[in-house]
Amino acid sequence: MRRFTIAALAGVASFVTVAASANEELAKMAENPKNWVMPTGDFANTRYSALDQITAENVDRLQVAWTFSTGVLRGHEGGPLIIDGVMYVHTPFPNNVYALDLNNDGRILWRYEPRQDPSVIPVMCCDTVNRGVAYGDGKIILNQADTTVVALDAKTGEVVWTAKNGDPSKGETATAAPFVVKDKVLIGISGAEFGVRGHMTAYNLSDGKIAWRAYSVGPDEEMLVDPEKTTELGKPIGKDSSLNSWEGDQWKIGGGTTWGWTSYDPELNLIYYGTGNPSTWNPSQRPGDNKYSMTIFARDPDTGQAKWLYQMTPHDEWDYDGVNEMILADLDFDGAQRKALVHMDRNGFGYTLDRETGELLVAKKYDPVVNWATEVDMDKNSPTYGRPKVDPKYSTHQAGEDTNVTGICPAALGSKDQQPGSYSPDTGLFYIPTNHVCMDYEPYRVSYTAGQPYVGATLSMYPPKGENRMGNFIAWDATKGEIVWSVPEQFSVWSGALSTKGGVVFYGTLEGYLKAVDAKTGKELYKFKTPSGIIGNVTTYEHDGKQYVAVLSGVGGWAGIGLAAGLTEPTAGLGAVGGYAALSDYTALGGQLTVFGLPDQVTSAN
Amino acid sequence: MAHGVRVLCALALALVSGLALAQDGPAKKDGAGDPTAVSEDSGKWFDAGGNPTFKVEEDGTVDWYTYSGFRRYHAECHVCHGPAGDGSTYAPALTKSLRAISYTDFMDVVVNGRTNVSSAQENVMPAFGTNPNVMCYLDDIYIYLRARANGAVDRVRPPKRADKPDAFTEAEAACMGH
Repeated sequence: MRRFTIAALAGVASFVTVAASANEELAKMAENPKNWVMPTGDFANTRYSALDQITAENVDRLQVAWTFSTGVLRGHEGGPLIIDGVMYVHTPFPNNVYALDLNNDGRILWRYEPRQDPSVIPVMCCDTVNRGVAYGDGKIILNQADTTVVALDAKTGEVVWTAKNGDPSKGETATAAPFVVKDKVLIGISGAEFGVRGHMTAYNLSDGKIAWRAYSVGPDEEMLVDPEKTTELGKPIGKDSSLNSWEGDQWKIGGGTTWGWTSYDPELNLIYYGTGNPSTWNPSQRPGDNKYSMTIFARDPDTGQAKWLYQMTPHDEWDYDGVNEMILADLDFDGAQRKALVHMDRNGFGYTLDRETGELLVAKKYDPVVNWATEVDMDKNSPTYGRPKVDPKYSTHQAGEDTNVTGICPAALGSKDQQPGSYSPDTGLFYIPTNHVCMDYEPYRVSYTAGQPYVGATLSMYPPKGENRMGNFIAWDATKGEIVWSVPEQFSVWSGALSTKGGVVFYGTLEGYLKAVDAKTGKELYKFKTPSGIIGNVTTYEHDGKQYVAVLSGVGGWAGIGLAAGLTEPTAGLGAVGGYAALSDYTALGGQLTVFGLPDQVTSAN
Repeated sequence: MAHGVRVLCALALALVSGLALAQDGPAKKDGAGDPTAVSEDSGKWFDAGGNPTFKVEEDGTVDWYTYSGFRRYHAECHVCHGPAGDGSTYAPALTKSLRAISYTDFMDVVVNGRTNVSSAQENVMPAFGTNPNVMCYLDDIYIYLRARANGAVDRVRPPKRADKPDAFTEAEAACMGH
């Protein structure tokens, strides 16, 4: 590893294949809870830490240890990495990266400040967010807004290689965090609101060359699916299954972008990720199931070939992207251990699947107000097995173009968006940040122009009828499909959760609070108001014998569009009860990292 | 004379602020002048200066263009400029902008875009000149936002609207090419 770093430093292109070594290194590093080596904590996306200095008993003594201003005002999603005494902090556009020396009071070791054409800014649908950097093979990988993928030397910040994953002039942009697996880095793409045809692309960690690219929609060979061997719910998908689910060549601007999270099971050698909405938002304009938008993919990371897939929302009529994280956990089903994949979808259903076979085990609503579908058909002998039973009252396709369908829950924001949940093996529970928002949706005809928005629906969003809050933080039992406890929040919870061995679960709120709750009961144990609303993900690490909790503040993102402008303003016409106000009454812009720790007298007494 | 002018100005100011305080009707001036609708052409209203404008009946019925603008705005513009033109964390509130900019300024920015990048902000408005979903409804969006800027329509979907004029249907089909 070191030899390679030096070679790269010297500017010598190296074509040495590192084989599985990067993977082994990363897996080993992830086992050390003092580090936080990938955005979701580990390959399984659990966002769980084995650190236990901060406990349910002492978390109320938490205090701010230090802070760092990112110098950027836009929405700050994602969170820092912590690797062997160095913290890597990223920002929204212009996507600066800072390496902070934790052994030297956070002194800046290096900074990377890319020059990007600002014309990419307005083609990012929902703020210029970025969900973080990844580490692998001595490099920090950054997925820039303009789809430039950059590998930086982790020690020096020097550029080792760059690659171009898309074309912003066609609306192709990047927000997703890279995901390192084996000798490759997986890069997703954004832009389904611009008719971008989504794909997942694997680049060699060593030289940045494309290893494989798997489209979400289109011909079998371009999707890297095998009509006979790739299965959906146990059955081969058959020839041209995607092409047959679109009218004409609409799949070419069909969406299915890959802007969420990826996870990996080393034993099964499978990666998992979801695809986004089909383009346009007007369902009448794209008859068919629009495969494979809104789909969970399980692929071989070496070849990209899909082993199984599952489309959760065929022919989407509500913008329920399927990109949310896939948390991998071995769960107990009546005494039988199952290798499970748990996915809390935008569409309001919490899915549990067998991650080896793609068998559907559980699909239950994780917010009681979800109404667009009554249930998911779980009858294996039914011709509609695995499909949601859509309530015609909330079908924007059946209502047709130019008809406003009201009271659909959840809103296009989803019952949950990309903000990742956490799984604690100690409690066996999944901790999920959620939205509690409904909408009116009126589709109408639009024309496609490359690089221009391709939306085709008018939306208004508001809290569920008769309620005045727009979020919950819930604990979920993924074997039963039941909410164990639920903490109401005034606004959507748009921050990624962290659970720890100390029995504490952390999350941030849009008002700017970092909150700690009891993992067993949800009881609030601590809160602190940071300078701006939190849409970042909470991280923990240990340094010099002390456990720290870090989170980025900086309100924005899609939450910032609706909520900061006063989405929650009470209006008689929407039937929402009054007494609450816009998010802008609580917080303002500002990018800051806040790091928390216990006072020395507490940690030394431990 | 000078003294007299000053008194007049003070009076005018008092009148304007009185109106604003009372909030019992739209303010009578925005970036394009007085928005009062004085003439109509096939369901589309214009102010005394010839700028497109809104027309809201006493029972709250809005003209078709205001309604159409509401729909188009909430597809093409609201992902940045926020619901009902109220702004977001990263794009200005157009309800405020339209109190300052003229109809032609509005057209210019939408067609050609605008870049406002500094160390403190990165605001970039794209050029929509080639986008039929925006260009074919430019007046509609302007009229809706003008109504919002003048407090003539609420944040929500206008509950009552005039029927779609035939002239609109024809122009739309020609512009969108279907």
